[in-house]
Amino acid sequence: MPRLWRHVLSILMPVVALCAVAPFVYGNHLLLFNFIVFMTLAQGVNVIYGFTGYLPFGYAGFFGAGAYGFSLTVLHLHWPALPALGAAACAALALAVVLTPLLRLSGAYFSIANLAAALAVLQVVSNPSLEAVTNGPYGISLSGVFNPPLAYAAALAVLAGTLLLVIYLRNSRFGMALQAIREDAISAGMAGINVVRARAIAWLLSALVAGLTGGVFAWYVSVFYAETVFSAEFTVFAIVFALLGGTATVLGPLLGVVILYGIYNLVGIETPQYFQLIYGLLIVGLVLFLPNGVASLIRRRGFDVP
Amino acid sequence: MLLYTLLAGLLFGLYFSLVGMGLNLVFGVMRIVNLAHGDFLMLGAFLAFWLFTLWNLNPVPMVPVVFGVFLALGLPLYYLLVPRLLSAKDPEMLSFILFFGLSQVIEAVTTIAFGTSERSIPGGQLGQALATVAGWMLRRPVAGGPVELLGQNFPAAWVASGIASGLAVLLVYLYLYRTKLGYLTRAVMIHREEALAAGIDVHRVSAISFGAGLALAAVAGVFAPFMLGSITPAMGVDVTVTSFAVIVIGSLGNPLGTALGGVVYGISYMAMQSYYSSWANLLPYLLLIAILLVRPSGLLGRQVRRA
Repeated sequence: MPRLWRHVLSILMPVVALCAVAPFVYGNHLLLFNFIVFMTLAQGVNVIYGFTGYLPFGYAGFFGAGAYGFSLTVLHLHWPALPALGAAACAALALAVVLTPLLRLSGAYFSIANLAAALAVLQVVSNPSLEAVTNGPYGISLSGVFNPPLAYAAALAVLAGTLLLVIYLRNSRFGMALQAIREDAISAGMAGINVVRARAIAWLLSALVAGLTGGVFAWYVSVFYAETVFSAEFTVFAIVFALLGGTATVLGPLLGVVILYGIYNLVGIETPQYFQLIYGLLIVGLVLFLPNGVASLIRRRGFDVP
Repeated sequence: MLLYTLLAGLLFGLYFSLVGMGLNLVFGVMRIVNLAHGDFLMLGAFLAFWLFTLWNLNPVPMVPVVFGVFLALGLPLYYLLVPRLLSAKDPEMLSFILFFGLSQVIEAVTTIAFGTSERSIPGGQLGQALATVAGWMLRRPVAGGPVELLGQNFPAAWVASGIASGLAVLLVYLYLYRTKLGYLTRAVMIHREEALAAGIDVHRVSAISFGAGLALAAVAGVFAPFMLGSITPAMGVDVTVTSFAVIVIGSLGNPLGTALGGVVYGISYMAMQSYYSSWANLLPYLLLIAILLVRPSGLLGRQVRRA
């Protein structure tokens, strides 16, 4: 059996099955939903950061674009929720296409520009002058399509699709090509890889994942503010989870979410400042002492991490 | 209106140069991105605020004190964080995440200690300092209050902050181009490995630059209550993004470009405030992206774009 199918059977199937059964066993559905959202986002970051080395510090921009793409089609065009998810995907993809030129920048320059782009979109969406279209800073309310069970199922489908994508990247020529670009773009180009095209595809796929996740998030919570969906927390959580688990692997980001997001919720601190303090310290410790993630610990013992 | 916009933009521009200077010094020397830059500015603002509130000390003479405190804080912080970070595989990217964590820690600790209420220092304090200095230089008493420049009236706090920032930027220039240590610093900026091979104590130079970077941010913080509005523990993020815009316009890793970037930024900021105030907040981000795409090396920079 090829490795791709082995990974589908050993990772994708169990994760999706577990998430599908969980709501019947465990009562806090919002928490389960958040787990799915963060697993998907961490894998989305994995696609662009893990495989190509571009750190998308404005990743929440695509998430927010998806959430607003979904909400605005529901509010103004009165579309039902499922087709509106298509609009969410289109909004995120459109933003990604506009931002494709940023890929010409390297290293920190790319991350800074991406962060600025996400903040610029937030400023536009939440600008009081656009109150007629986006309701400005006063947020969105989607009571008409409120349907948590279906939204949960949609989130699960997005997660399954994302996992399939990452499993494909992990086991295909295209994924190898992306990793070659990450290591050395010039050598990769010499070896016959179309660097610009491969990178742009990874970028669009990563944005698509975030856009769809943003769409189902808007659907599930149905009441939110621009600051919520564009918040840097989504970006940083997704990056930190992916990093803790280990990037460019299928299992790593999932492990990262389960371990770190699990800890956050187990600790269950009421005061937000103490939570912020602890997670800040965790991030600092993680970067200093485990920069290659849990996967590197397992690899060091001689096991391959899928 | 136009003259007012230009002059006010120049005053703010000098201030923004100072705001960005520390961030650029750290990036230039260590190639790491200090995402906690704005939080150190916030801490400097709080130090000035408490010095004023508890002992009624005027912020202007306290500038060297603030600088010294943060320089002393930055040196151990460097040895705690940076050497370990630089030994990782991809320090530039990891520094984003590391310093984001640090900025969260600083913000959380400050919020726990001081709460979320907004604080400020009366603007008259700077006016008083300015009047004293002017009186001493002209050898006659000078009244405080608004300052007239080319027929336009500006708050004395703006003028004092602008002048102080200009002096600070000048001092950084003198440090980099007229002292032995500055010479070594520029060598490390140009090529870290070669500087190491030439026998320069790279870690010592870097530690001093790191401390100086934080201290410059803190000094900019002293003037923050007058230029950026009231101070809160959460102000750091916006300041960091503004500093990025300033240093990218100038050029990343070139502290002198920052002075130019600050002035360009300040004048555009004032123009936006005067003519399109509801969209003024969008400016730093758009300017940043536009400059990065059109001229990613900044107005005074070397080539950085690849592929």
